[in-house]
Amino acid sequence: MVTGEGEPRDTWVVVPLYQEAAVVGDVVRELRAVFPRVVCVDDGSRDGSAGVARAAGARVVRHCINLGQGAALQTGFDFVLRDPAARFAVTFDADGQHTVADARAMVQRLRDGEADVVFGSRFLDGRTAVAPVRRAVLRSAVAWTNLTTGVRLTDAHNGLRALSREALTRVRLTHHRMAHASEIVSKVGSARLRWVEHPVEIRYTDYSRAKGQSLLNSVNILVETILG
Amino acid sequence: MLIQALLLVAFAVIGTLLVRDATDVRHQAVRRILIVLFGLFAAVSVLVPGSVSWVAERLGVGRGTDLVLYGTVVAFLGFVAASYRRMRALESRLVELTRRLALDEAREDELEVALRRSREGAGDEPGARPGEGARPGPGAERR
Repeated sequence: MVTGEGEPRDTWVVVPLYQEAAVVGDVVRELRAVFPRVVCVDDGSRDGSAGVARAAGARVVRHCINLGQGAALQTGFDFVLRDPAARFAVTFDADGQHTVADARAMVQRLRDGEADVVFGSRFLDGRTAVAPVRRAVLRSAVAWTNLTTGVRLTDAHNGLRALSREALTRVRLTHHRMAHASEIVSKVGSARLRWVEHPVEIRYTDYSRAKGQSLLNSVNILVETILG
Repeated sequence: MLIQALLLVAFAVIGTLLVRDATDVRHQAVRRILIVLFGLFAAVSVLVPGSVSWVAERLGVGRGTDLVLYGTVVAFLGFVAASYRRMRALESRLVELTRRLALDEAREDELEVALRRSREGAGDEPGARPGEGARPGPGAERR
């Protein structure tokens, strides 16, 4: 892959980071091969994740207490907006389940002026193998999001997204814990931003499976979404 | 029956309380009035033992004890709803505070790095990589 100059310096990758010291170094190095600007928002990790990310070349913004992934993303957005040269932001999970090539293709679609927001979807092509139960839960999450937000997506809870600066200023996340994924979708819908979906691959490794969201957590997401 | 209607209304009110913001002063005033009423109710039921049963019969509840139980359930649910809202509001403020702190810290780091770089740039030969080989001044390395 091309280094440094591959992607202009107007793109920031925002990585919400919590207790991922084992993998975040590789994730950041992989990202930095394409995107020179990577910011990890460390959400109060106690396993040295922040140091690992910094050593790998990421800027680190550190929450001194754990606030939740939604809060971390919004902090990352605020950080990006402070850089006047920033035009695009990518959200990218710290556990290595996304691929950098997908992120790059999504930014390119923003750059081409196709949309203000590009959502990653694991259901648009056959690359990602999803276990049946997980598929069912994700499908119902999608049905719920489509019903309540008016935005028709195929994958509601994918951590890989690309947003233009315009979208960053108009989407403000107030769901601090897990319900932020639906919140982004609904705010994109109500702000009448232009959006597209992009097929992405999710790499379910043993690591991500062990760390990943328990399906029970979808109950929490539902409650947070309804009660606000 | 009258009591059923009353209970349903109470649950509906609590339901709306759960999804609406309950941090303004009017809500606080209502909460305090309710607490005072609750205290008066307790005092009356002690001073005039038959009164609760009398009210219960008018409302279509068999015994005063049952009415007290229903009242307790309603009060408890209301308490749960109100504290959920207040916790959420508190959490939001905590998030704002922590975020501000995190971003300010990041800016400080940025300035520190820039300062160190410019200092090294002035002293050493140009092209020296910042942070490598250059001797940091006293207290410059924090991590």
